[in-house]
Amino acid sequence: MIVFEGVTKRFGAWTAVDNLSLTVAAGEFRVLIGPSGSGKSTVLRMMNRLIAPDAGTIRVEGEDIARLKPETLRRRMGYVIQNIGLFPHWTVERNIAAVPELLGWPRARVRDRVTELLALLNLDPERYRGAYPHELSGGQQQRVGVARALAAEPHILLMDEPFSALDPITRGALQAEMAAIHKATGTTVVFVTHDMDEALALASRIAVLDRGRLVQTGTPLDILTDPADDRVRDLVGREDWGLKRLAVETVAERMRPGETAPGDPLAAGAPLRQALAEMVARGTDRLPVVDGRGRPAGALHLADLLRGPDRA
Amino acid sequence: MRGGLSVLLTDRLALGSVVLAALVLGMPALKPLFAAAFPALDRPLYEADGFLALTLDHLALAGGASLIAVLLGGAAGIAVTRPFGREFRGVLDAVAAMGQTFPPVAVLAVSVPILGFGPAPALIALTLYGLLPIVENTVAGLESVPEPVREAARGMGMGPGALLWRVELPLAAPVILAGVRTAAVVNLGTAAIASTVGAKTLGLPIIVGLNGSNPAYVIQGALIVAALAVVMDAGFDRLAARLTRWRPGGA
Repeated sequence: MIVFEGVTKRFGAWTAVDNLSLTVAAGEFRVLIGPSGSGKSTVLRMMNRLIAPDAGTIRVEGEDIARLKPETLRRRMGYVIQNIGLFPHWTVERNIAAVPELLGWPRARVRDRVTELLALLNLDPERYRGAYPHELSGGQQQRVGVARALAAEPHILLMDEPFSALDPITRGALQAEMAAIHKATGTTVVFVTHDMDEALALASRIAVLDRGRLVQTGTPLDILTDPADDRVRDLVGREDWGLKRLAVETVAERMRPGETAPGDPLAAGAPLRQALAEMVARGTDRLPVVDGRGRPAGALHLADLLRGPDRA
Repeated sequence: MRGGLSVLLTDRLALGSVVLAALVLGMPALKPLFAAAFPALDRPLYEADGFLALTLDHLALAGGASLIAVLLGGAAGIAVTRPFGREFRGVLDAVAAMGQTFPPVAVLAVSVPILGFGPAPALIALTLYGLLPIVENTVAGLESVPEPVREAARGMGMGPGALLWRVELPLAAPVILAGVRTAAVVNLGTAAIASTVGAKTLGLPIIVGLNGSNPAYVIQGALIVAALAVVMDAGFDRLAARLTRWRPGGA
């Protein structure tokens, strides 16, 4: 858990972060989003003390981080940046092993961990272990960057626009892997982006920042259906709002259990946006749905996509 | 054996070392050759000092000066790229730029009236001259380390010491090595001239030969200095290849 209380940071006359209070719960995938200059990266970099606040306190897992040695704090957190920053003179294996080595892990444990992480990030361990960063594509380099950040099993992973410089296909693949890793490890993720689609796809909660202040916090659905003001509406995008809405809910939430329908089935975990695309492509208003094990679960009707979300 | 021979003939470092050793240890055996080439000379072989002793003294002077220059210049270069030393950067740059404009022979000439004759002034003069390329390249090398790499290192919990030794210096090493190479090349040549100020080096047979119109002495000293230069150059190439294995196209 990360708690900001009344945190302010100025750079000269510019107030980057203005009296910010924010709580990131343990295990959550928290996306910080805002236009450039909103202070989102500054907020992230204060969490691992790369930047010191001028006022306010920041607590990580109950401890005031101003009292911790910066190196101790940082070794407990993974850190991934847009420019990746792999060590070009070290192999992939040594890059990933960097933090475990700083922490003095035994050699065999480090090696096993490297193998495990390369497999987790879909890089063949035997092929890539001994490669140098310049031999990898941008997407592969950032996979290694993520593996390096996860190496010492941190409770918290800080990611500063990690996928912004990648091509859309690679970005999509890494987003999916990141979501899967978050689900599997339960690591708290704080993820900075300026891309609302990325935020909606990944976040369990979003914090919208503007000019160093918190504008709104909430789930992706909250942000979409109940934007706090025009700034949030602009970030969400007015034109394809409906499609974004459908992207944050799954088929399972709108299907009629027990019903059947003809045609190739859709997975219950698929986003509604994909269901709509299928309906348009097939020219039908009903699709069969199967659960995670491929068993029939129900049917989805076009009419169900058109009503508002079920709010608990 | 044939494999061994072909390696020897294509490997500049190995071949140069063998030629160097043969010249240093076997020069007396070439006496009949020099006698035949220069029949007018009474003494066709320089025999006042052994060539091995001269070579070792030469290497001690050039190598010692280079080593001291690496330690001092490296430390100065590291210091001005740290937060505490940043304000001295301008001063160091000015001194380095000024020093580079003096030819090494001039540094040697100026040091004699101040320090007198012998190996000590030669050592100090060579060290001073060698400092400049090393300082400049250390600063340039450390500043060439990409900022994202630094940020990633700090962000993962490397302290200033780990950042310097594990990341910055290894990445700067090829550039620093190029500075050391420049210093060593200059020192190897200038050490020969240092025998004019009383240091015993391979320059001694050359100077004596020039003064006494004995071209055989000049050739004998020059041959060994040339062989030393080839071996050193090949050695630096080998070292540079090792330090840049991680680069695109690295060995």
